[in-house]
Amino acid sequence: MLQHFGPQVINLLAAVLLLLAFAMLSQRRILSLINLFAAQGFVLFLSTALVAALTDQKHLYVSAAVTLVLKVTLLPWILHRLIRRLNVKWDVETLINIPTTMLVGILLVILAFNLAAPISQLAGTVTRSTLGIALASMLLSFMMMITRSKAVPQVIGFLSMENGLFFAATAAVYGMPMVVELGVALDVLVAALILGIFIFEIRERFDTLDTRHLEKLKEH
Amino acid sequence: MPIELLALLLSPLAGSAVLALVGHRPRAAEVNAVFSSLSFAAAAVLVARVIESGPLVALGEQLFVDSLNVFLVALTAFVAMTTSFFSRPYMRVERDHRRVTGPGMRLYHSMYQLFSFTMLLVLTTNNLGVMWVAMEAATLTTVLLVALYRTHASLEAAWKYFILCGVGIAQALFGTILVYFAAEKVLGPGTGSLLWTHLDAVKTELQPTVMSIAFVFLLVGYGTKVGLVPLHNWLPDAHAEGPTPISAVLSGLLLNVALYALIRCKVITDGALERPFASALLMGFGLVSVVVAAFFLSRQRDVKRMFAYSSIEHMGLITFAFGMGGPVASFAGLLHMTVHSLTKSAIFFTAGHAAQQTGTQLMENIRGLAQVTPTVGWGLMLGTVAILGMPPFGVFASEFLILTTTIAVQPWAAPVLLLSLGVSFAAIFGKVQPLVFGEPTAARLPHPPALVPVFTHLALVLMLGLFIPPSLADWYRQAARLIG
Repeated sequence: MLQHFGPQVINLLAAVLLLLAFAMLSQRRILSLINLFAAQGFVLFLSTALVAALTDQKHLYVSAAVTLVLKVTLLPWILHRLIRRLNVKWDVETLINIPTTMLVGILLVILAFNLAAPISQLAGTVTRSTLGIALASMLLSFMMMITRSKAVPQVIGFLSMENGLFFAATAAVYGMPMVVELGVALDVLVAALILGIFIFEIRERFDTLDTRHLEKLKEH
Repeated sequence: MPIELLALLLSPLAGSAVLALVGHRPRAAEVNAVFSSLSFAAAAVLVARVIESGPLVALGEQLFVDSLNVFLVALTAFVAMTTSFFSRPYMRVERDHRRVTGPGMRLYHSMYQLFSFTMLLVLTTNNLGVMWVAMEAATLTTVLLVALYRTHASLEAAWKYFILCGVGIAQALFGTILVYFAAEKVLGPGTGSLLWTHLDAVKTELQPTVMSIAFVFLLVGYGTKVGLVPLHNWLPDAHAEGPTPISAVLSGLLLNVALYALIRCKVITDGALERPFASALLMGFGLVSVVVAAFFLSRQRDVKRMFAYSSIEHMGLITFAFGMGGPVASFAGLLHMTVHSLTKSAIFFTAGHAAQQTGTQLMENIRGLAQVTPTVGWGLMLGTVAILGMPPFGVFASEFLILTTTIAVQPWAAPVLLLSLGVSFAAIFGKVQPLVFGEPTAARLPHPPALVPVFTHLALVLMLGLFIPPSLADWYRQAARLIG
């Protein structure tokens, strides 16, 4: 049963991941953005656990657990607290309007699939068709970071880019060796904490979280 | 596991833990220097061992030292040590000026040691995944240091540094995943497939398409940290706004370490591909960096920012040299890494003191350093002459080797390089000369500056220009052979 439907379910989850990436790109409200990020983490957890069950790779269970703790609970919780402490009422502002962003996003997906095609053909894993999606969602998060002007959405973009990378690792190679995966998870957690501290500092100094004010250092 | 390798890594790690507790005390700067000196002593013993008995692996093959990285380990530990000597009086002045508080000093000292640890880990690890983790950790430790003064400009610089390097380094992780993907086909799953020594052994069997895509991602990722144009935007800001000791180690060490990671990846990619794909990319990025940085130099008004652009230029030159490859160009690249690191940190030391004496980093307001404090003024002048590639300093030797090889191997690039070097000479020399001579605006420092590091570095660079000891030359040749 599992062996039969497993790969198809993983493809389904990959599609959901891509949809979530697009949803994040078009989302204007900051709270919904955090919830979408948590949802993305949850899809990642499901797919990792499923790949673990399909391939019987013990260390993937551990990374699935780490994903659940870190990306579904801890990071969204930190972000929610951050929003509450900052008492922000604004919605997400974008530098480019959303329809244009979506169109560019579609082009990015096409690019990602083309880039991943030669690699996918070589993959022997049950999940090989998903590598393109992983790359696409990475590029979409990257784009989100560029097009948002506020600090918090940029942070969420940064974290969700890491989700895309993690999915790529699971899809192409059944996850990286344990020591690397734990190291990456630690780096992401520390990065999120430092960014949190930073956001407070920026607001204290500039009375705003709009990173467009961070444009004083330019060539004269 | 050899005791000196353990000491090399553990002393900065222990130092960071100790200084996290006592880093604000009056004697913390001395403690900081002691830990950095310990780590350098361990590096010296390690060099002796590797020269004597060849490459070694340790800790279940997780650590690996050969002639290529032991040379950078020694350089990194040395500059980290001299910078810790310099940082003692420098940070004391900063504290007197109330630019840093007690907790700030604790953060500074602790992160300084942790940063040294992460760089040494990037250099000694055999695992490409751990290399990535340590590289990202190096960004994280320095990002708080760039923002140490909590000013508008420093926060902006740190935010830019974090976001750009974070995005860049994410590309490198994707590249690492692809390398693992290619290696797993040959070596099977597990940690073994990410170990550089294993990859090096089977590099001809790795799938070429995957490796070429992987190298592009790795180049963009680690290239961001090297400061290659067009990925260099974070670099001038981070160097100009952070405390000077951090500018010195960022420019003198972190850029080298990132380039080292790139070289390791290039060696594997070259093995997998028959055509010189990686070399062409390195040459292209290197040349663009040299040209763009040279033309940006003349527009700079901030002294540290100007020398940050000069770092981009020199890293571009080194990248170009490694891209050309061959025994002479790789030799010159390694020599240039050494002399650039020594000279540039010496320049930042003096430029930092000059900024403290005049209360500004804007060059139009700094005048007559030589008259007020001759050591600072002449240190800056000599350092500038050295970095511009004037004989008899070592930078001349390495640039000469790079240029002559370019004329022989890639003649089309030679005029471009010469023109850029000429433009940067005119820009830097014209700006630094009035800083040193002219009507003084500088005041004396409340504490005597630590200029021993400056003149030690410059003396070493002078020595490398006049005479490279045969054992050192031999060592460079061995390392150059590894690069290919």
